[in-house]
Amino acid sequence: MTDSPGEERAPQAGAAAPAAVEFAGVTLAHGRRRLVEDASFGLAQGAFVGLFGANGAGKTTLMRSVLGLERPRAGRITVFDAPARPGRAGIGILPQQRQWPAATLDLAAIALLEAAHPGQGPAIGAALDLVDGQALARRRLGALSGGERQRLLLAQALVGAPRLLLLDEPLAGLDPGAQVQIVALIDRIRRQLEATVLFSAHDLNPLLGVMDAALWIAARRVRLDAPAALLRADVLDGLYGARMQVISGEGRVVVVPAC
Amino acid sequence: MLSQMLQFGFMQDALLAALAVSVLAGVVGYLLVLRAASFAGHALSHIAFAGASAALLAGWPPLPGMIGLPVLAGAAIGAIERPAGRRGGAAADVAIGLLLAASLAVGLLCLHFATGSVSAATSLLFGNILGIDRATLWVLCAVVVAALAGLAWMHRTLLFVILQPDLAEAQGVRVRLVWAGFMMLAGVAVAASAQIVGVLLTFALMVAPPAAAQRLTRHPRTGAAVSVALALAQCWAGLVASYLTDWPVSVWIVGFGVAAFVLAWAVGARLDRR
Repeated sequence: MTDSPGEERAPQAGAAAPAAVEFAGVTLAHGRRRLVEDASFGLAQGAFVGLFGANGAGKTTLMRSVLGLERPRAGRITVFDAPARPGRAGIGILPQQRQWPAATLDLAAIALLEAAHPGQGPAIGAALDLVDGQALARRRLGALSGGERQRLLLAQALVGAPRLLLLDEPLAGLDPGAQVQIVALIDRIRRQLEATVLFSAHDLNPLLGVMDAALWIAARRVRLDAPAALLRADVLDGLYGARMQVISGEGRVVVVPAC
Repeated sequence: MLSQMLQFGFMQDALLAALAVSVLAGVVGYLLVLRAASFAGHALSHIAFAGASAALLAGWPPLPGMIGLPVLAGAAIGAIERPAGRRGGAAADVAIGLLLAASLAVGLLCLHFATGSVSAATSLLFGNILGIDRATLWVLCAVVVAALAGLAWMHRTLLFVILQPDLAEAQGVRVRLVWAGFMMLAGVAVAASAQIVGVLLTFALMVAPPAAAQRLTRHPRTGAAVSVALALAQCWAGLVASYLTDWPVSVWIVGFGVAAFVLAWAVGARLDRR
Protein backbone atom coordinates (compact mmCIF):
# COMPACT_ATOMS: atom_id res chain seq x y z
CA MET A 1 0.00 0.00 0.00
CA THR A 2 1.51 3.32 -1.06
CA ASP A 3 0.26 6.71 0.03
CA SER A 4 -0.09 9.28 -2.70
CA PRO A 5 -0.87 12.57 -0.95
CA GLY A 6 -2.24 15.45 -2.95
CA GLU A 7 -3.24 13.23 -5.79
CA GLU A 8 -6.92 13.28 -6.66
CA ARG A 9 -8.25 10.03 -8.03
CA ALA A 10 -11.57 8.34 -8.44
CA PRO A 11 -12.25 5.55 -5.96
CA GLN A 12 -11.11 2.41 -7.67
CA ALA A 13 -10.53 -1.13 -6.60
CA GLY A 14 -6.91 -2.04 -6.11
CA ALA A 15 -5.89 1.55 -6.69
CA ALA A 16 -2.84 2.98 -4.98
CA ALA A 17 -4.97 5.23 -2.71
CA PRO A 18 -4.85 4.37 1.00
CA ALA A 19 -7.12 1.38 1.52
CA ALA A 20 -10.03 1.49 3.98
CA VAL A 21 -9.78 -2.26 4.51
CA GLU A 22 -6.72 -4.37 3.77
CA PHE A 23 -6.47 -8.18 3.83
CA ALA A 24 -2.98 -9.70 3.68
CA GLY A 25 -2.77 -13.49 3.32
CA VAL A 26 -5.93 -14.03 5.38
CA THR A 27 -7.36 -17.47 6.10
CA LEU A 28 -10.78 -17.70 7.77
CA ALA A 29 -12.36 -20.87 9.15
CA HIS A 30 -15.33 -22.13 11.14
CA GLY A 31 -14.09 -24.97 13.30
CA ARG A 32 -12.36 -27.31 10.89
CA ARG A 33 -14.07 -25.93 7.82
CA ARG A 34 -11.94 -23.44 5.92
CA LEU A 35 -14.03 -20.74 4.27
CA VAL A 36 -11.38 -18.46 2.82
CA GLU A 37 -7.72 -19.20 2.12
CA ASP A 38 -4.88 -16.76 1.64
CA ALA A 39 -7.00 -13.75 0.73
CA SER A 40 -5.15 -10.54 -0.11
CA PHE A 41 -6.89 -7.40 -1.30
CA GLY A 42 -7.49 -3.77 -0.40
CA LEU A 43 -10.77 -1.85 -0.54
CA ALA A 44 -10.15 1.70 -1.75
CA GLN A 45 -11.56 4.50 0.35
CA GLY A 46 -14.90 5.73 -0.94
CA ALA A 47 -15.47 2.69 -3.15
CA PHE A 48 -18.76 0.84 -3.47
CA VAL A 49 -17.75 -2.82 -3.39
CA GLY A 50 -20.18 -5.69 -4.00
CA LEU A 51 -19.48 -8.92 -2.08
CA PHE A 52 -20.70 -12.11 -3.71
CA GLY A 53 -20.61 -15.83 -3.06
CA ALA A 54 -22.91 -18.81 -2.76
CA ASN A 55 -24.76 -19.56 0.49
CA GLY A 56 -22.27 -20.54 3.17
CA ALA A 57 -19.28 -19.35 1.13
CA GLY A 58 -18.26 -17.02 3.95
CA LYS A 59 -19.66 -13.58 3.11
CA THR A 60 -20.93 -12.95 6.62
CA THR A 61 -17.77 -14.42 8.15
CA LEU A 62 -15.66 -12.10 6.01
CA MET A 63 -17.65 -9.10 7.24
CA ARG A 64 -17.37 -10.27 10.83
CA SER A 65 -13.62 -10.56 10.39
CA VAL A 66 -13.46 -6.90 9.32
CA LEU A 67 -15.23 -6.11 12.61
CA GLY A 68 -12.70 -8.17 14.52
CA LEU A 69 -15.35 -10.71 15.57
CA GLU A 70 -13.68 -13.56 13.67
CA ARG A 71 -9.97 -14.04 14.20
CA PRO A 72 -8.10 -15.01 11.03
CA ARG A 73 -6.24 -18.35 11.25
CA ALA A 74 -3.48 -16.72 9.25
CA GLY A 75 -2.69 -13.30 7.85
CA ARG A 76 -3.56 -9.74 8.88
CA ILE A 77 -6.68 -7.61 8.53
CA THR A 78 -6.20 -3.85 8.69
CA VAL A 79 -9.02 -1.32 8.93
CA PHE A 80 -8.05 2.34 8.52
CA ASP A 81 -4.40 1.52 9.16
CA ALA A 82 -5.04 -0.31 12.43
CA PRO A 83 -5.64 -4.01 13.11
CA ALA A 84 -9.31 -5.06 13.03
CA ARG A 85 -10.83 -5.36 16.50
CA PRO A 86 -14.36 -5.12 17.97
CA GLY A 87 -15.70 -1.75 19.02
CA ARG A 88 -13.84 0.39 16.48
CA ALA A 89 -15.44 3.78 15.82
CA GLY A 90 -16.29 4.89 12.30
CA ILE A 91 -17.82 1.60 11.13
CA GLY A 92 -21.55 1.34 10.47
CA ILE A 93 -23.09 -2.10 10.16
CA LEU A 94 -26.36 -3.47 8.87
CA PRO A 95 -26.55 -7.08 10.06
CA GLN A 96 -28.25 -9.77 8.05
CA GLN A 97 -32.03 -9.67 8.42
CA ARG A 98 -33.25 -11.84 11.21
CA GLN A 99 -36.59 -12.85 12.60
CA TRP A 100 -37.68 -10.20 15.03
CA PRO A 101 -39.42 -11.30 18.22
CA ALA A 102 -43.10 -10.32 18.11
CA ALA A 103 -42.66 -7.95 21.05
CA THR A 104 -39.87 -6.08 19.27
CA LEU A 105 -42.12 -5.54 16.25
CA ASP A 106 -44.49 -3.66 18.55
CA LEU A 107 -41.84 -1.06 19.36
CA ALA A 108 -41.36 2.18 17.48
CA ALA A 109 -38.39 1.85 15.15
CA ILE A 110 -36.70 4.75 16.93
CA ALA A 111 -36.53 2.63 20.10
CA LEU A 112 -34.09 0.30 18.35
CA LEU A 113 -31.89 3.18 17.26
CA GLU A 114 -31.90 4.63 20.77
CA ALA A 115 -31.03 1.26 22.28
CA ALA A 116 -28.00 0.98 20.01
CA HIS A 117 -26.92 4.61 20.38
CA PRO A 118 -27.94 5.78 23.86
CA GLY A 119 -27.80 9.52 24.43
CA GLN A 120 -27.06 10.34 20.79
CA GLY A 121 -30.33 12.04 19.87
CA PRO A 122 -28.89 14.59 17.39
CA ALA A 123 -26.74 11.98 15.60
CA ILE A 124 -29.78 9.69 15.34
CA GLY A 125 -31.82 12.56 13.90
CA ALA A 126 -29.12 13.28 11.31
CA ALA A 127 -28.99 9.62 10.31
CA LEU A 128 -32.78 9.49 9.96
CA ASP A 129 -32.62 12.58 7.74
CA LEU A 130 -30.14 10.81 5.47
CA VAL A 131 -32.67 8.05 4.75
CA ASP A 132 -35.69 10.39 4.94
CA GLY A 133 -37.00 8.31 7.83
CA GLN A 134 -38.06 10.82 10.51
CA ALA A 135 -41.76 10.07 10.15
CA LEU A 136 -41.29 6.31 9.77
CA ALA A 137 -39.26 6.09 12.96
CA ARG A 138 -42.27 6.85 15.16
CA ARG A 139 -44.31 4.01 13.71
CA ARG A 140 -44.44 0.40 14.88
CA LEU A 141 -41.63 -1.64 13.38
CA GLY A 142 -44.19 -4.34 12.49
CA ALA A 143 -46.33 -1.84 10.56
CA LEU A 144 -43.53 -0.94 8.13
CA SER A 145 -42.97 -2.51 4.73
CA GLY A 146 -39.76 -4.45 4.11
CA GLY A 147 -38.19 -1.53 2.25
CA GLU A 148 -39.17 1.00 4.93
CA ARG A 149 -37.80 -1.22 7.68
CA GLN A 150 -34.54 -1.65 5.80
CA ARG A 151 -34.24 2.13 5.44
CA LEU A 152 -34.54 2.57 9.19
CA LEU A 153 -32.03 -0.18 9.90
CA LEU A 154 -29.74 1.53 7.42
CA ALA A 155 -30.23 4.78 9.37
CA GLN A 156 -29.01 3.08 12.49
CA ALA A 157 -25.84 2.06 10.64
CA LEU A 158 -25.36 5.73 9.71
CA VAL A 159 -25.44 7.20 13.21
CA GLY A 160 -22.21 9.10 13.75
CA ALA A 161 -21.46 9.38 10.00
CA PRO A 162 -19.21 6.30 9.64
CA ARG A 163 -16.42 6.07 7.06
CA LEU A 164 -16.98 2.37 6.43
CA LEU A 165 -20.34 0.69 5.90
CA LEU A 166 -20.66 -3.09 6.17
CA LEU A 167 -24.04 -4.07 4.76
CA ASP A 168 -24.89 -7.77 5.01
CA GLU A 169 -27.49 -8.67 2.37
CA PRO A 170 -29.57 -5.51 2.65
CA LEU A 171 -31.70 -6.60 -0.33
CA ALA A 172 -32.77 -9.99 1.07
CA GLY A 173 -36.53 -10.38 1.00
CA LEU A 174 -37.24 -7.06 -0.74
CA ASP A 175 -39.34 -6.71 -3.88
CA PRO A 176 -37.51 -5.48 -7.02
CA GLY A 177 -38.74 -1.89 -6.69
CA ALA A 178 -37.55 -1.62 -3.09
CA GLN A 179 -34.22 -3.21 -4.08
CA VAL A 180 -33.56 -0.50 -6.65
CA GLN A 181 -34.49 2.22 -4.16
CA ILE A 182 -32.25 0.86 -1.42
CA VAL A 183 -29.25 0.54 -3.75
CA ALA A 184 -29.73 4.09 -5.05
CA LEU A 185 -30.12 5.40 -1.49
CA ILE A 186 -26.94 3.69 -0.30
CA ASP A 187 -25.02 4.97 -3.32
CA ARG A 188 -26.18 8.55 -2.65
CA ILE A 189 -25.33 8.33 1.05
CA ARG A 190 -21.84 6.93 0.53
CA ARG A 191 -21.06 9.90 -1.75
CA GLN A 192 -22.45 12.30 0.85
CA LEU A 193 -20.42 10.71 3.67
CA GLU A 194 -17.46 9.77 1.44
CA ALA A 195 -17.74 6.33 2.97
CA THR A 196 -16.47 2.98 1.74
CA VAL A 197 -19.30 0.48 1.23
CA LEU A 198 -19.01 -3.30 1.39
CA PHE A 199 -22.37 -4.64 0.25
CA SER A 200 -23.08 -8.39 0.14
CA ALA A 201 -25.76 -9.78 -2.14
CA HIS A 202 -26.88 -12.98 -3.84
CA ASP A 203 -28.09 -11.36 -7.02
CA LEU A 204 -25.51 -9.13 -8.66
CA ASN A 205 -27.95 -7.49 -11.11
CA PRO A 206 -29.15 -4.71 -8.79
CA LEU A 207 -25.54 -3.66 -8.16
CA LEU A 208 -24.24 -3.81 -11.74
CA GLY A 209 -24.56 -0.13 -12.58
CA VAL A 210 -23.53 1.10 -9.16
CA MET A 211 -20.54 -0.80 -7.77
CA ASP A 212 -16.96 0.26 -8.44
CA ALA A 213 -15.55 -3.18 -7.75
CA ALA A 214 -16.65 -6.72 -7.03
CA LEU A 215 -15.24 -8.97 -4.35
CA TRP A 216 -16.20 -12.61 -4.70
CA ILE A 217 -15.63 -15.84 -2.87
CA ALA A 218 -15.58 -19.08 -4.88
CA ALA A 219 -13.95 -22.34 -3.84
CA ARG A 220 -12.29 -20.62 -0.83
CA ARG A 221 -10.55 -18.08 -3.07
CA VAL A 222 -11.31 -14.39 -2.80
CA ARG A 223 -10.92 -12.12 -5.80
CA LEU A 224 -11.27 -8.37 -6.11
CA ASP A 225 -11.70 -6.98 -9.58
CA ALA A 226 -13.66 -4.60 -11.76
CA PRO A 227 -17.32 -5.63 -12.06
CA ALA A 228 -16.76 -6.48 -15.73
CA ALA A 229 -14.38 -9.29 -14.72
CA LEU A 230 -17.26 -10.93 -12.86
CA LEU A 231 -19.35 -11.11 -16.02
CA ARG A 232 -17.41 -13.92 -17.66
CA ALA A 233 -19.33 -17.17 -17.98
CA ASP A 234 -16.67 -19.30 -16.27
CA VAL A 235 -16.42 -16.91 -13.32
CA LEU A 236 -20.20 -16.81 -12.87
CA ASP A 237 -20.49 -20.60 -13.11
CA GLY A 238 -17.91 -20.95 -10.34
CA LEU A 239 -19.65 -18.32 -8.23
CA TYR A 240 -23.15 -19.75 -8.45
CA GLY A 241 -22.35 -23.42 -9.00
CA ALA A 242 -24.71 -23.39 -11.98
CA ARG A 243 -24.61 -22.45 -15.66
CA MET A 244 -25.11 -18.70 -15.95
CA GLN A 245 -25.65 -16.49 -18.93
CA VAL A 246 -24.89 -12.80 -19.48
CA ILE A 247 -27.45 -10.96 -21.56
CA SER A 248 -26.78 -7.43 -22.79
CA GLY A 249 -29.04 -5.04 -24.61
CA GLU A 250 -30.43 -1.52 -24.42
CA GLY A 251 -27.25 -0.42 -22.67
CA ARG A 252 -27.72 -2.85 -19.80
CA VAL A 253 -26.26 -6.14 -18.73
CA VAL A 254 -28.21 -8.82 -16.88
CA VAL A 255 -27.05 -12.13 -15.45
CA VAL A 256 -29.52 -15.02 -15.48
CA PRO A 257 -29.36 -18.80 -15.06
CA ALA A 258 -28.87 -20.50 -18.42
CA CYS A 259 -31.41 -23.18 -19.13
CA MET B 1 -65.49 -3.43 53.77
CA LEU B 2 -62.05 -2.50 52.43
CA SER B 3 -61.01 -0.70 55.60
CA GLN B 4 -61.91 -3.83 57.51
CA MET B 5 -59.73 -5.89 55.18
CA LEU B 6 -56.79 -3.50 55.67
CA GLN B 7 -56.88 -3.99 59.43
CA PHE B 8 -55.58 -7.53 59.19
CA GLY B 9 -51.81 -7.74 59.64
CA PHE B 10 -51.48 -10.62 57.20
CA MET B 11 -53.38 -8.60 54.58
CA GLN B 12 -51.03 -5.61 55.04
CA ASP B 13 -48.07 -7.93 54.63
CA ALA B 14 -49.61 -9.48 51.54
CA LEU B 15 -50.24 -6.08 49.93
CA LEU B 16 -46.65 -5.03 50.67
CA ALA B 17 -45.21 -8.27 49.30
CA ALA B 18 -47.32 -7.87 46.15
CA LEU B 19 -45.97 -4.33 45.71
CA ALA B 20 -42.35 -5.42 45.98
CA VAL B 21 -42.74 -8.44 43.73
CA SER B 22 -44.79 -6.62 41.08
CA VAL B 23 -42.11 -4.00 40.50
CA LEU B 24 -39.42 -6.63 39.88
CA ALA B 25 -41.61 -9.12 37.99
CA GLY B 26 -43.08 -6.39 35.79
CA VAL B 27 -39.68 -5.13 34.64
CA VAL B 28 -37.92 -8.49 34.31
CA GLY B 29 -40.94 -10.05 32.61
CA TYR B 30 -41.09 -7.20 30.11
CA LEU B 31 -37.45 -7.72 29.15
CA LEU B 32 -37.96 -11.49 28.84
CA VAL B 33 -40.95 -10.98 26.55
CA LEU B 34 -39.01 -8.41 24.50
CA ARG B 35 -36.36 -11.00 23.82
CA ALA B 36 -38.94 -13.78 23.29
CA ALA B 37 -37.36 -15.69 26.17
CA SER B 38 -40.41 -16.24 28.35
CA PHE B 39 -39.93 -20.00 28.06
CA ALA B 40 -36.57 -19.70 29.80
CA GLY B 41 -38.33 -17.71 32.54
CA HIS B 42 -40.93 -20.45 32.87
CA ALA B 43 -38.18 -23.06 33.25
CA LEU B 44 -36.59 -20.98 36.02
CA SER B 45 -39.81 -21.18 38.03
CA HIS B 46 -39.71 -24.98 37.95
CA ILE B 47 -36.10 -24.86 39.05
CA ALA B 48 -37.26 -22.69 41.96
CA PHE B 49 -39.61 -25.52 42.89
CA ALA B 50 -36.71 -28.00 42.99
CA GLY B 51 -34.66 -25.56 45.10
CA ALA B 52 -37.47 -24.98 47.57
CA SER B 53 -38.21 -28.71 47.91
CA ALA B 54 -34.55 -29.51 48.44
CA ALA B 55 -34.38 -26.85 51.15
CA LEU B 56 -37.44 -28.36 52.88
CA LEU B 57 -35.86 -31.81 52.74
CA ALA B 58 -32.73 -30.40 54.36
CA GLY B 59 -34.91 -28.97 57.13
CA TRP B 60 -34.44 -25.34 56.07
CA PRO B 61 -37.03 -22.73 55.24
CA PRO B 62 -37.80 -22.98 51.50
CA LEU B 63 -36.87 -19.39 50.52
CA PRO B 64 -33.06 -19.71 50.28
CA GLY B 65 -33.34 -22.74 47.99
CA MET B 66 -36.13 -21.13 46.06
CA ILE B 67 -33.96 -18.11 45.26
CA GLY B 68 -30.53 -19.72 45.16
CA LEU B 69 -31.11 -22.50 42.66
CA PRO B 70 -32.81 -20.42 39.93
CA VAL B 71 -30.09 -17.77 40.23
CA LEU B 72 -27.43 -20.43 39.56
CA ALA B 73 -29.53 -22.02 36.82
CA GLY B 74 -30.17 -18.57 35.33
CA ALA B 75 -26.48 -18.15 34.64
CA ALA B 76 -26.39 -21.54 32.89
CA ILE B 77 -29.54 -20.94 30.86
CA GLY B 78 -28.35 -17.46 29.91
CA ALA B 79 -25.19 -19.03 28.53
CA ILE B 80 -27.00 -21.52 26.27
CA GLU B 81 -30.13 -19.59 25.32
CA ARG B 82 -30.16 -17.87 21.89
CA PRO B 83 -32.18 -15.00 20.48
CA ALA B 84 -35.30 -16.16 18.61
CA GLY B 85 -34.65 -17.42 15.10
CA ARG B 86 -30.92 -17.96 15.59
CA ARG B 87 -28.86 -21.02 14.90
CA GLY B 88 -28.88 -23.25 17.98
CA GLY B 89 -32.10 -21.69 19.29
CA ALA B 90 -34.17 -24.84 18.85
CA ALA B 91 -31.56 -27.09 20.50
CA ALA B 92 -31.32 -24.67 23.43
CA ASP B 93 -35.12 -24.75 23.77
CA VAL B 94 -35.06 -28.54 24.04
CA ALA B 95 -32.27 -28.39 26.62
CA ILE B 96 -34.20 -25.84 28.67
CA GLY B 97 -37.37 -27.93 28.40
CA LEU B 98 -35.56 -31.02 29.69
CA LEU B 99 -34.10 -28.98 32.54
CA LEU B 100 -37.63 -27.87 33.39
CA ALA B 101 -38.98 -31.44 33.51
CA ALA B 102 -35.99 -32.73 35.46
CA SER B 103 -36.37 -29.95 38.03
CA LEU B 104 -40.00 -30.76 38.61
CA ALA B 105 -39.06 -34.44 39.07
CA VAL B 106 -36.29 -33.59 41.54
CA GLY B 107 -38.70 -31.37 43.45
CA LEU B 108 -41.26 -34.16 43.57
CA LEU B 109 -38.66 -36.61 44.89
CA CYS B 110 -37.47 -34.20 47.60
CA LEU B 111 -41.05 -33.61 48.76
CA HIS B 112 -41.66 -37.36 48.75
CA PHE B 113 -38.92 -37.80 51.35
CA ALA B 114 -39.67 -34.62 53.29
CA THR B 115 -42.35 -34.86 55.97
CA GLY B 116 -45.58 -32.87 55.98
CA SER B 117 -45.18 -32.32 52.30
CA VAL B 118 -48.73 -32.10 50.95
CA SER B 119 -49.61 -28.57 52.07
CA ALA B 120 -46.04 -27.46 51.39
CA ALA B 121 -46.32 -28.73 47.82
CA THR B 122 -49.60 -26.93 47.24
CA SER B 123 -48.30 -23.61 48.47
CA LEU B 124 -45.09 -23.97 46.45
CA LEU B 125 -46.99 -24.82 43.29
CA PHE B 126 -49.91 -22.42 43.60
CA GLY B 127 -48.65 -19.75 45.97
CA ASN B 128 -49.64 -18.69 49.45
CA ILE B 129 -49.45 -14.92 49.58
CA LEU B 130 -51.61 -14.74 52.69
CA GLY B 131 -49.21 -17.00 54.56
CA ILE B 132 -46.14 -14.78 54.10
CA ASP B 133 -44.63 -14.02 57.50
CA ARG B 134 -42.78 -10.86 58.50
CA ALA B 135 -39.32 -12.42 58.17
CA THR B 136 -40.08 -13.66 54.66
CA LEU B 137 -41.50 -10.25 53.75
CA TRP B 138 -38.29 -8.47 54.73
CA VAL B 139 -36.11 -10.98 52.92
CA LEU B 140 -38.33 -10.56 49.87
CA CYS B 141 -38.05 -6.76 50.00
CA ALA B 142 -34.28 -6.88 50.40
CA VAL B 143 -33.86 -9.30 47.50
CA VAL B 144 -36.13 -7.23 45.26
CA VAL B 145 -34.23 -4.01 46.02
CA ALA B 146 -30.91 -5.69 45.30
CA ALA B 147 -32.18 -7.11 41.99
CA LEU B 148 -33.63 -3.74 40.97
CA ALA B 149 -30.29 -2.09 41.72
CA GLY B 150 -28.61 -4.62 39.45
CA LEU B 151 -31.13 -3.92 36.69
CA ALA B 152 -30.69 -0.15 37.04
CA TRP B 153 -26.95 -0.60 36.74
CA MET B 154 -27.08 -2.67 33.56
CA HIS B 155 -30.28 -1.44 31.89
CA ARG B 156 -28.68 0.43 28.97
CA THR B 157 -26.39 -2.40 27.96
CA LEU B 158 -29.19 -4.87 28.52
CA LEU B 159 -31.61 -3.09 26.18
CA PHE B 160 -28.87 -2.88 23.56
CA VAL B 161 -28.18 -6.61 23.84
CA ILE B 162 -31.88 -7.52 23.76
CA LEU B 163 -32.90 -5.31 20.85
CA GLN B 164 -29.75 -5.33 18.70
CA PRO B 165 -27.63 -8.36 19.62
CA ASP B 166 -25.54 -8.21 16.43
CA LEU B 167 -24.64 -4.57 16.86
CA ALA B 168 -23.89 -5.00 20.54
CA GLU B 169 -21.48 -7.79 19.68
CA ALA B 170 -19.81 -5.66 17.00
CA GLN B 171 -19.38 -2.88 19.55
CA GLY B 172 -17.41 -5.25 21.72
CA VAL B 173 -20.19 -5.80 24.29
CA ARG B 174 -19.90 -9.24 25.92
CA VAL B 175 -23.39 -10.24 24.91
CA ARG B 176 -23.39 -13.70 26.46
CA LEU B 177 -22.12 -12.40 29.79
CA VAL B 178 -24.70 -9.61 29.96
CA TRP B 179 -27.52 -12.00 29.17
CA ALA B 180 -26.34 -14.57 31.72
CA GLY B 181 -26.19 -11.81 34.33
CA PHE B 182 -29.73 -10.76 33.48
CA MET B 183 -30.98 -14.35 33.68
CA MET B 184 -29.60 -14.55 37.23
CA LEU B 185 -31.75 -11.52 38.09
CA ALA B 186 -34.63 -13.28 36.32
CA GLY B 187 -34.06 -16.19 38.72
CA VAL B 188 -34.61 -13.79 41.63
CA ALA B 189 -37.74 -12.36 39.99
CA VAL B 190 -39.18 -15.83 39.40
CA ALA B 191 -38.56 -16.90 42.98
CA ALA B 192 -40.19 -13.72 44.25
CA SER B 193 -43.20 -14.20 41.94
CA ALA B 194 -43.54 -17.79 43.09
CA GLN B 195 -44.01 -16.46 46.64
CA ILE B 196 -47.17 -14.75 45.42
CA VAL B 197 -48.73 -17.06 42.81
CA GLY B 198 -46.67 -20.26 43.08
CA VAL B 199 -44.18 -21.72 40.64
CA LEU B 200 -46.82 -23.03 38.21
CA LEU B 201 -48.47 -19.64 37.81
CA THR B 202 -45.49 -17.27 37.58
CA PHE B 203 -46.52 -16.67 33.96
CA ALA B 204 -49.46 -14.71 35.35
CA LEU B 205 -47.08 -12.14 36.85
CA MET B 206 -44.11 -12.31 34.50
CA VAL B 207 -45.72 -12.75 31.08
CA ALA B 208 -49.34 -11.56 31.15
CA PRO B 209 -48.62 -7.96 32.29
CA PRO B 210 -45.63 -7.38 29.96
CA ALA B 211 -47.43 -8.98 27.01
CA ALA B 212 -50.35 -6.63 27.61
CA ALA B 213 -48.04 -3.63 28.08
CA GLN B 214 -46.23 -4.46 24.87
CA ARG B 215 -49.47 -4.00 22.90
CA LEU B 216 -50.16 -0.63 24.49
CA THR B 217 -46.84 1.20 24.15
CA ARG B 218 -44.11 1.61 21.54
CA HIS B 219 -41.24 2.56 23.82
CA PRO B 220 -39.41 0.08 26.05
CA ARG B 221 -39.20 2.23 29.17
CA THR B 222 -42.89 3.14 29.07
CA GLY B 223 -43.63 -0.51 28.39
CA ALA B 224 -41.76 -1.65 31.49
CA ALA B 225 -43.60 0.94 33.60
CA VAL B 226 -47.02 -0.11 32.25
CA SER B 227 -46.07 -3.74 32.88
CA VAL B 228 -45.27 -2.97 36.53
CA ALA B 229 -48.54 -1.07 36.96
CA LEU B 230 -50.56 -3.94 35.48
CA ALA B 231 -48.80 -6.55 37.63
CA LEU B 232 -49.48 -4.51 40.76
CA ALA B 233 -53.10 -3.83 39.84
CA GLN B 234 -53.59 -7.54 39.16
CA CYS B 235 -52.16 -8.58 42.55
CA TRP B 236 -54.02 -6.02 44.63
CA ALA B 237 -57.30 -6.57 42.80
CA GLY B 238 -56.74 -10.30 43.29
CA LEU B 239 -56.31 -9.84 47.04
CA VAL B 240 -59.50 -7.79 47.30
CA ALA B 241 -61.49 -10.22 45.16
CA SER B 242 -60.22 -13.14 47.18
CA TYR B 243 -61.19 -11.38 50.41
CA LEU B 244 -64.71 -10.85 49.08
CA THR B 245 -65.22 -14.32 47.59
CA ASP B 246 -62.95 -16.49 49.73
CA TRP B 247 -61.54 -18.09 46.56
CA PRO B 248 -57.76 -18.68 46.40
CA VAL B 249 -55.87 -15.43 45.65
CA SER B 250 -53.85 -16.98 42.81
CA VAL B 251 -57.04 -17.79 40.90
CA TRP B 252 -58.03 -14.13 40.87
CA ILE B 253 -54.54 -12.87 40.03
CA VAL B 254 -54.33 -15.21 37.04
CA GLY B 255 -57.89 -14.31 36.01
CA PHE B 256 -57.19 -10.58 36.08
CA GLY B 257 -53.92 -11.18 34.21
CA VAL B 258 -55.66 -13.01 31.39
CA ALA B 259 -58.43 -10.39 31.25
CA ALA B 260 -55.92 -7.53 31.09
CA PHE B 261 -54.03 -9.28 28.30
CA VAL B 262 -57.16 -9.86 26.19
CA LEU B 263 -58.27 -6.25 26.73
CA ALA B 264 -54.85 -4.93 25.77
CA TRP B 265 -54.89 -6.90 22.54
CA ALA B 266 -58.25 -5.46 21.62
CA VAL B 267 -57.08 -1.92 22.41
CA GLY B 268 -53.76 -2.53 20.65
CA ALA B 269 -55.51 -3.69 17.47
CA ARG B 270 -57.41 -0.39 17.47
CA LEU B 271 -54.22 1.62 17.96
CA ASP B 272 -52.66 -0.20 14.99
CA ARG B 273 -55.49 0.75 12.67
CA ARG B 274 -55.00 4.44 13.40
